[in-house]
Amino acid sequence: MFTPLRKGFGLTFKTMFRPVVTTEYPDVRRATEPRFHGRHVLNRHPDGLEKCVGCELCAWACPADAIFVVGEDNTPEARYSPGERYGIDYQINYLRCILCGLCIEACPTRALTMTNEYEFSADSREAMIYTKEQLLAPLPEGANPTPHTDAEVAARGIRYYDGHVAQNPLVHLSQGSPTSQPNPEEHGDPVRTALLGGGFEPPDETRADGAADEEGSADG
Amino acid sequence: MDLVGVLIVAAVAVGAFALWLVGTALLIWAERRVVARMQSRLGPNRLGPFGLLQTLADGAKLFFKEDITPTNVDRAVYLAAPAMSAVVAMITFAVIPFGGSFEIGERVVRLQVWDPDIGLLWILAMSSIGVYGIVLAGWASGSKYPLLGGVRSTAQMISYELAMGLSLAAVFIWTGSLRSSDIVAAQSGTLFGPIPAWNIIPQILAFLLFFSAAVAETQRPPFDLPEAEGELGAGFHTEYSGAKFAMFFLAEFMNVITMSAVAVTLFLGGPAGPTFGLEGTIWGALLGVVYFAAKVALFLFVFVWLRGTLPRVRYERLMSLGWKVMLPLGLIWTLFTGVVVVLGQTQEQAVIRRYAFPAMAILLVVVLVLSLFGERRPAAADGDGGDPQGSPGAPGGGPSARALEAARASDKRAGAQVGG
Repeated sequence: MFTPLRKGFGLTFKTMFRPVVTTEYPDVRRATEPRFHGRHVLNRHPDGLEKCVGCELCAWACPADAIFVVGEDNTPEARYSPGERYGIDYQINYLRCILCGLCIEACPTRALTMTNEYEFSADSREAMIYTKEQLLAPLPEGANPTPHTDAEVAARGIRYYDGHVAQNPLVHLSQGSPTSQPNPEEHGDPVRTALLGGGFEPPDETRADGAADEEGSADG
Repeated sequence: MDLVGVLIVAAVAVGAFALWLVGTALLIWAERRVVARMQSRLGPNRLGPFGLLQTLADGAKLFFKEDITPTNVDRAVYLAAPAMSAVVAMITFAVIPFGGSFEIGERVVRLQVWDPDIGLLWILAMSSIGVYGIVLAGWASGSKYPLLGGVRSTAQMISYELAMGLSLAAVFIWTGSLRSSDIVAAQSGTLFGPIPAWNIIPQILAFLLFFSAAVAETQRPPFDLPEAEGELGAGFHTEYSGAKFAMFFLAEFMNVITMSAVAVTLFLGGPAGPTFGLEGTIWGALLGVVYFAAKVALFLFVFVWLRGTLPRVRYERLMSLGWKVMLPLGLIWTLFTGVVVVLGQTQEQAVIRRYAFPAMAILLVVVLVLSLFGERRPAAADGDGGDPQGSPGAPGGGPSARALEAARASDKRAGAQVGG
């Protein structure tokens, strides 16, 4: 008849001498899981170019409508990304964001990924809307800040996207006129080039993915 | 009494008050820490060393908060109720001897604020008045949950005041005095060998009754029905905020300390302990304070332990325990104590005083346990099962018959509940 009492009081008494489960948070910070969905980051290529090509797929994928993107064309004198376009403005509203990661899945260039950082509370609405400057990853060592010129980019000889490009963004340089004025018509010209790691622009009547496959096999 | 005498009394009173206020602050902190550890948490540890200043911070917060007075309240009573709770909780401590005595010049200073002839009746009276604070708070709030809390509190206090009074009466009969200093003095010396002659040994059942009633009187878990959060909002102090709520809050913990102090005085020899030859000096008196504080702390831990372990009892179980178990047991025990004391006086049989009570205590603990836990058992746990165990240990015919009656009654109740 005393068993329930002994068990009950014994349990609470023993628990007093067991380790507590509390993490003293501000003093002790436990590491998150490696794939914890934290704050976003806009990644860069090793040479400092931004990976974001301003496609807005993240904004379209976002269920909370937290992302705002404005795309802009790269020019030979002012190149921000190896793609045709770049994100001139990029904002994430963390009052809306639910950190679900759908934007990460949507991003075609792995420009948008998530960090493990979760301490970004603030006391004003403005402070919770992160701008491109806040989201952009720091420059890699030795890299120059964007914008670069096409000549600089070509001189590095980096194979962006493993050479799988549908349309060579460095079209102006490939025509041998690095200083020529940007001409919208030139973007559509089918030109074979090795500037972006052997990519080439398909003819107008050819599908982009077919061209990429062909190029990939040629490389292999 | 001359000026020096007045000053000495004032100093003792201030000392008692300080000791007791510090004890209250420490209790609130210690309860939160200990309960937290029992629940695998840490508890407040941010403010000061080990979080010791948390109570001060909470108090400061409460006193600077907005003090809301709802429109429906009966203003005068509403304002008086928390003050009554707090003041009564404070003055109850006056009759407790919290340390030894020492001599300054030709004066004897005793570490006790007030030592009246009525002694511990003062405690009963004050704890009863303390109920008024709660009842009036519930009534004056003009709101249904406080009213329910107040009503519950009244019924609970009345029920358990009886058992508490009877257990105290048994101690009074046993020691032959109401005066708290006499009760402490009667517990000096030893009983068998190194075992001190504390009342807890001969009066074990009175002690159990007193402690159960004290938990109910102070409205601590598992008997905290007047402020049952899950049922009544916050109970009788739902409509109180700020400083007035702080008074209720403090009064609850003050009452816990006072009841523990009473238990120490009545059953654990008060400030008694090994004196190391310091008797009569100021250090001996202060050593008594230390012993007293340690014993009180032991009881406080049990209060906290109860809170950490037991869920709140159902209301009708509370009433049932008070009226059907504790009241009969208290009556039986008081009568039995009287019989033994009278027998000891007339026949000069001191041996009765030594052995009758432990025997009776064992018997009645068995009865108590049966009546508490018998309901869980199937029909096998009837009165016939309990009698043979209890009868041989009973030294007196009359009281043991009563005990058996009580056991039968409780088992009958158990049977009825099972059947129904």
